[in-house]
Amino acid sequence: MDFYSFLIQLLNGLQYGLLLFLVASGLTLVFGIMGIINLAHGSFYMIGAYMAWALAEQTGNFGLAVLLGIVLTVILGILLEAVFYRHLYKRDHLYQVLMTYGLILVFEELRSIIWGDDVHGVAVPALFSASIPLTDNLSYPVYRLAISAVCVLLALGMYLLIQRTRLGMMIRAGASNNEMVQALGINIKLIYTLVFALGVALAATAGMIAAPISSVFPNMGGQVLIICFVVVVIGGIGSVWGALLAALMIGLVDTFGKVLVPDYAGLSVYVLMAVVLLWRPEGLFKRG
Amino acid sequence: MSDVTKTPLLEAKGLHTYYGASHILHGVDFKVGAGETVALMGRNGMGKSTLIRSMLGLVPPREGSVFVRGQNVTRSPTHKITRSGIAYVPEGRGIFPNLSVKENLLMAARAGTGGKREWTYERVLETFPRLSERLSNGGAQLSGGEQQMLTIGRALMTNPDLLILDEATEGLAPLIAREIWNIIRTIRASGIATVIVDKNYGALLTLVNRCAVMVKGQLVFDDLAEKMNDEIVQKYLGV
Ligand SMILES: Nc1ncnc2c1ncn2[C@@H]1O[C@H](COP(=O)(O)OP(=O)(O)OP(=O)(O)O)[C@@H](O)[C@H]1O
Ligand SMILES: [Mg+2]
Repeated sequence: MDFYSFLIQLLNGLQYGLLLFLVASGLTLVFGIMGIINLAHGSFYMIGAYMAWALAEQTGNFGLAVLLGIVLTVILGILLEAVFYRHLYKRDHLYQVLMTYGLILVFEELRSIIWGDDVHGVAVPALFSASIPLTDNLSYPVYRLAISAVCVLLALGMYLLIQRTRLGMMIRAGASNNEMVQALGINIKLIYTLVFALGVALAATAGMIAAPISSVFPNMGGQVLIICFVVVVIGGIGSVWGALLAALMIGLVDTFGKVLVPDYAGLSVYVLMAVVLLWRPEGLFKRG
Repeated sequence: MSDVTKTPLLEAKGLHTYYGASHILHGVDFKVGAGETVALMGRNGMGKSTLIRSMLGLVPPREGSVFVRGQNVTRSPTHKITRSGIAYVPEGRGIFPNLSVKENLLMAARAGTGGKREWTYERVLETFPRLSERLSNGGAQLSGGEQQMLTIGRALMTNPDLLILDEATEGLAPLIAREIWNIIRTIRASGIATVIVDKNYGALLTLVNRCAVMVKGQLVFDDLAEKMNDEIVQKYLGV
């Protein structure tokens, strides 16, 4: 592989990893703080992608579609938490799996009713539609760089929120001792709602910004869900920074796997998971 | 008898509390007036912690009522009850091990009732100079005494009118325990009411105005500290 092909794969791998991180961070946060295994998390990615497509068709402006989509998915997250997820906090994982699996079916059915079962392409926004020429016949699309940049900014924003703000301190405190948080006069339910809505919005945002490169299709949430669980398990369940590292590893292994060992490409991430878990059964980072 | 005419800060009436099927509190009446210092005594497993946790809504009572300044808060969520000026230092201390010492303090900061902000971060550190040397340490890296100072400091950051300390000096070396007692004296002098649970009855009795003694989920003695005598101690506390 020459340098430019390598560079392209490297950038693709990082971009894919960063996007996975956006989805997986919400999954791991919700598990780490509320103890919920949310199988429907991939559906939020799917909902985001369909929203981006539908809103972009309506408004004719992809950027506006994404902003509107974020507002709508935050609202969706707040409603879902209040109506469904709140009842799962004190329950066994079995109930969580049953209900959230049920929600996947509901979301897919609603998707089918509202948006149909067709595959849709979403146009790359004009602002980012250029490509950067690398050699005579290789170039790199600006939009992919823009995706990576947005992901990095969101990850940075999350870092600041969780590590540097009082709300972040309360969120982390809630993960270790929610009773004590309440005893200090803090409304833990409100914090749970916020964390959940944040997770929904992050997954949906990932779906929205990925739509122009991945297109929009039924069951796209299921694929993402499985790979996100791999990310969460490798990173250490509940650890956001573990998820970041794991997502980048998976992005790179998957991308280079497809190039270097195309016959076994589908296996590469699972081999990575097996190796990491043999070395560190709890994942790269312990919860925290 | 000014205590009777004034509405108590915190009052429990006829509390019955259960853990699943086991009936733990059997109709407990308990109150704390503004500025009062009350010892809550009783042998292991008599229900002291359960009484505290019931009043705070952490283990809601099945029967009976809890009032804060005369307001019925029996079914209120814990954060609403503690927001009305109550701070809690639990058994086992409840430090957040994944937060630094500084974060443990800052996350709790808020104005007390009537917007008072007497206990600032700076004042808490002045009161607990040891903590200011450990600010960036994780909560779990502290010694037992430092952890207790941190929980008390964290409780003060909420500018409470009432501080409830469950097992104030449990597991602490005598020298550290004495430091904690002195801090409680300072807190009391600042006008904050306190409810203290501790096994060191000697130290406790020099500090409090009133004693309440629990036996098997019932209050068997509730009177001024002067009325406490060896006979009662022998009978109910078995020391
Ligand atoms: N979570 C729980 N589930 C079931 N039973 C409990 C629970 N917590 C306490 N108990 C029981 O309730 C009774 C009262 O316990 P509690 O902790 O209130 O006593 P205590 O007076 O605070 O004792 P100690 O001095 O040991 O702290 C005990 O018999 C105890 O075994
Ligand atoms: Mg106790």
